[in-house]
Amino acid sequence: MLRFAAEEEIMKVATNKNIASGLLLAGVTCAGFLAPLYAADLSIESWRTDDQAIWDEKILPAFKAAYPDINVSFAPSKPTEYDASLNAKLEGGTAGDLITCRPFDRALKLYEQGHLADIKGMSGLENFSDVAKAAWSTDNGDATFCVPMAAVIHGFMYNKDAFAELGLEVPKTEEEFYSVLDKIKEDGSYIPMAMGTKDQWEAATMGYSNIGPAYWNGEEGRLGLIDGSASFSDEGFLKAFEQMAKWKDYLGDGYQAQTYTDSQNLFTLGRAAIYPTGSWEITGFQQNSDFELGAFAPPKASADSKCYISDHTDIGIGMNANAKENDAAMKFLEWAASAEFADLLTNASPGFFSLSTHEINVENPLAKEFFEMRAECDPTIRLTYQILSRGEPVLSNHMWVLNANVINGTMTPAEAAAEAQENIDTWHKKP
Amino acid sequence: MRTVKKQPQPRRWHILVFILPAFLIYTVFAIYPIVESLRLSLYQSIPSAQGTGTTAEFAGLANYMRLWGEPYWAEQFWNALKNNFLLFAMHMLIQNPIALALAALVSIPTLKGAATYRTIFFLPTLLSVVIVGFIWQLILSPLWGITPDFMKWLGIREWFKPWLGLESTALVTVTLISIWQYVGIPLMLFYAGLLNIPEETIEAARIDGLNGWWIFWKVKLPLILPALGVVAILTYIGNFTASFDIIYTLQGGLAGPDYSTDVMGTFLFRTFFGFQSQLGDTYMGATVASVLFFIILVGVAIYLFGVQRRLQRYDF
Amino acid sequence: MASLTRKLERGRAGLSSLGIHAILIAYSVLALFPLYLILLNSFKSRRGIFGDPAGLPNESTFSTKGYQSVITNSDFPLYFGNSLVVTGVALFFILLFGAMAAHALSEYDFPGSTFIGLYLILGIMVPIRLGTVALLKLIVDLNLANTLTALILVYTAQGLPVAIFIFSEFLKNVSHEIKDSARIDGLSEYRIFFEVVIPLVRPVIATVAVFSMIPIWNDLWFPLILSPGESTRTVTLGVQKFVGQYTVDWGAVLAALSVAVVPVLFMYIIFSKQLIRGITAGAVKG
Repeated sequence: MLRFAAEEEIMKVATNKNIASGLLLAGVTCAGFLAPLYAADLSIESWRTDDQAIWDEKILPAFKAAYPDINVSFAPSKPTEYDASLNAKLEGGTAGDLITCRPFDRALKLYEQGHLADIKGMSGLENFSDVAKAAWSTDNGDATFCVPMAAVIHGFMYNKDAFAELGLEVPKTEEEFYSVLDKIKEDGSYIPMAMGTKDQWEAATMGYSNIGPAYWNGEEGRLGLIDGSASFSDEGFLKAFEQMAKWKDYLGDGYQAQTYTDSQNLFTLGRAAIYPTGSWEITGFQQNSDFELGAFAPPKASADSKCYISDHTDIGIGMNANAKENDAAMKFLEWAASAEFADLLTNASPGFFSLSTHEINVENPLAKEFFEMRAECDPTIRLTYQILSRGEPVLSNHMWVLNANVINGTMTPAEAAAEAQENIDTWHKKP
Repeated sequence: MRTVKKQPQPRRWHILVFILPAFLIYTVFAIYPIVESLRLSLYQSIPSAQGTGTTAEFAGLANYMRLWGEPYWAEQFWNALKNNFLLFAMHMLIQNPIALALAALVSIPTLKGAATYRTIFFLPTLLSVVIVGFIWQLILSPLWGITPDFMKWLGIREWFKPWLGLESTALVTVTLISIWQYVGIPLMLFYAGLLNIPEETIEAARIDGLNGWWIFWKVKLPLILPALGVVAILTYIGNFTASFDIIYTLQGGLAGPDYSTDVMGTFLFRTFFGFQSQLGDTYMGATVASVLFFIILVGVAIYLFGVQRRLQRYDF
Repeated sequence: MASLTRKLERGRAGLSSLGIHAILIAYSVLALFPLYLILLNSFKSRRGIFGDPAGLPNESTFSTKGYQSVITNSDFPLYFGNSLVVTGVALFFILLFGAMAAHALSEYDFPGSTFIGLYLILGIMVPIRLGTVALLKLIVDLNLANTLTALILVYTAQGLPVAIFIFSEFLKNVSHEIKDSARIDGLSEYRIFFEVVIPLVRPVIATVAVFSMIPIWNDLWFPLILSPGESTRTVTLGVQKFVGQYTVDWGAVLAALSVAVVPVLFMYIIFSKQLIRGITAGAVKG
């Protein structure tokens, strides 16, 4: 029927207009048959709405050049709706073939529900360290379900102009850190630190998880909590909470109602001197500030102790277990483990560092400052993400509330530490 | 109460024709999915025998026992419920009287510019909650100066507090923002009710010598009691369901500070869909939803079988 | 005693028209000030928004980047079209089917009418969002994923309970004499509904229309789940591209959402006219 209509169309053109154009049209139709018979279409589910341009303009064209018969589209949804909507789409069978993975339990649950495919045997996975793979593997390591993609490094950004103006040096130790803050406060022309407690998560993420590893000795303390040999009431963890209580005096007026957006703007508009944060802010901050930005690592507990950074496994990419285009999706994942992808991603979205062992040349100067912290400091990941967040309430979320309460002064550091430990005690069996 | 009985007709197909389209669409696209989901409150997830994946197993009322029995769940539940009733009380005492007063004023037949006023009052209701949340955070922010500067100008700067960030004031502040946005809805309902009052009834009162104020109290108010009832019950329901959006936008999924603005809507969302590191739990989520359903049902039943019947007596 | 009350009633003057305007204007300022800020800031750069949120845009902060990204983005007309189709059609079904059902329930006595009445308003009590997974599976089975039809059906189902509830409350008050005299005149039950009842409750229809349309127009969830495809995207879903994980382009969000208000504002004004007509219709009836 359709074919008949098409032929009739050609006939019409041929008779009504001129024969040449009719032939031309027929020629085009034939040429259509000679093109690749089949092209696979893949769609990537992601929460990184910020990265649409990076994928569309840099990463996907590079993939297309290597695999011309696979079309990939990057289809992110609003970060706050991502998990819920992805879940529904997976259950309903309409999710894309490639899925961007949150670290640890959120991806693990998708795997356990049978939504993510096991890719343990995939070639290319050997390019990642065990620590990187741990974020997207089962507890016993039997299965791996996402290719580690990017890490973010915590630290502080500062206004270089303000530091020069006030004659300040970048602090290396806790003591120096507070003396810098005191000087800024005394001078009064800048708010010492841009952070609020309104959205709660900054307190735990940019505060506690950022500076804490120096007190609980990074991985040693973190693994101690998991195997039960350490407790939140131990000196290290408590000390980190005490820092949060101290921070209160260096935040802006009314910080209790200061949102994350407020803090970002407070800093980029040049009203605050220091911003506790992580490498993920680099792109936005470089676009929006008109002063020179610098970064420094979390201060050491004392001059002769070690330096630690939270080098958090943040983004992975896996395959929908019910993928329609299995082979094409696997090809993409293998490519995502390549040196080419590692370099593209790290340099296209500064601040998100490839988790692979490929050697990468970081071009962005500010990203490089963060990247170089890896050489000086021992890395760890965010304290509560692995295993520890399986209680009720989920510890990672509860840490938001506890740290915000400590900064707001509605809870003492000791109370917060006790409540955090109680949270683990209710479900985590000691060996 | 209606006394005239319809004379029975042999075939009343028209009743079916009137009801069927609504009945079908509603049953297939609302009731079926909701029932399918609430059913899960009677199930729990257990690891399946093959090692990977989970299966649902019938668990009776175990989830409900958990909700009221385990401190983690019970604390959240009662806190959210308490906040919901506070929210309801504030909307009834602040939003609805304001709406009634404004509706009474704009329904005065001789008032010039009534339509303009109505449109203005309704404008905030049309906005997406995303910008409402953003703009009020900006207005009330301690950093960017709108409210602090205004209060300084009034000479009361020292009364300024970061209201949205304090446990003692966050819920009230959120409620006032919600009232600002949604006052247009009860206003419309009251207005429609006031328009339905026959002109001759008011004329008769006027001839009786009553002035505008007393006509409102003695004639109009009793006549719009049904509208008042509708508003009350919609406020009650909306306070459990619609309040979610504004709180989620303004205070986030954890309804801070320290859960002081947590309501059933946010509690349900966190439980059902998850939030950040908290994973969604369909089974407990369905349980919270079912309980919420019964709380609303009780309110609606009280209204339908208690309040509404009494209100009908005033019908002319 | 009675005479005292009477005296009080006569003595106490109502609000003067000046006083009434003063109150209404005061509230108008409260309602409009945040809207003024939204509009003002939608014409400013990020620096302008946070540097001086209440200040007028000046040469260094004036920016129409937000509007440009909405207007020049070739997809936005499509998104607006989609939103309008979905909202318009769903609204039509909600009003028509809702009024029909409510009329049947309040006009006729038939077995099970109370039960059906209750059943039809149960949907107000649980957000339909909870049934998302079952709904999505159903939509996929019906081959309606990524279609506007899916959204229309879901929104109609979602809007019906409130519509039926409010219609029922108001339809009970429609005088029976009018309907009965129409019956005596030999009008069919259908004509009584469309030609007698509907014109009488016009203000109520307008009211229900106005607040049924808002949640549909502003909804993000169902477009995200049921029809996220490029060709079926709605305005709210289109706007989310400005909302990043860490960076939100507030200028663009304010601009896009300000523009997004215009169609609903028009719809509101159209329905609002019905309210005025309702008054006139009432007068004629009297």
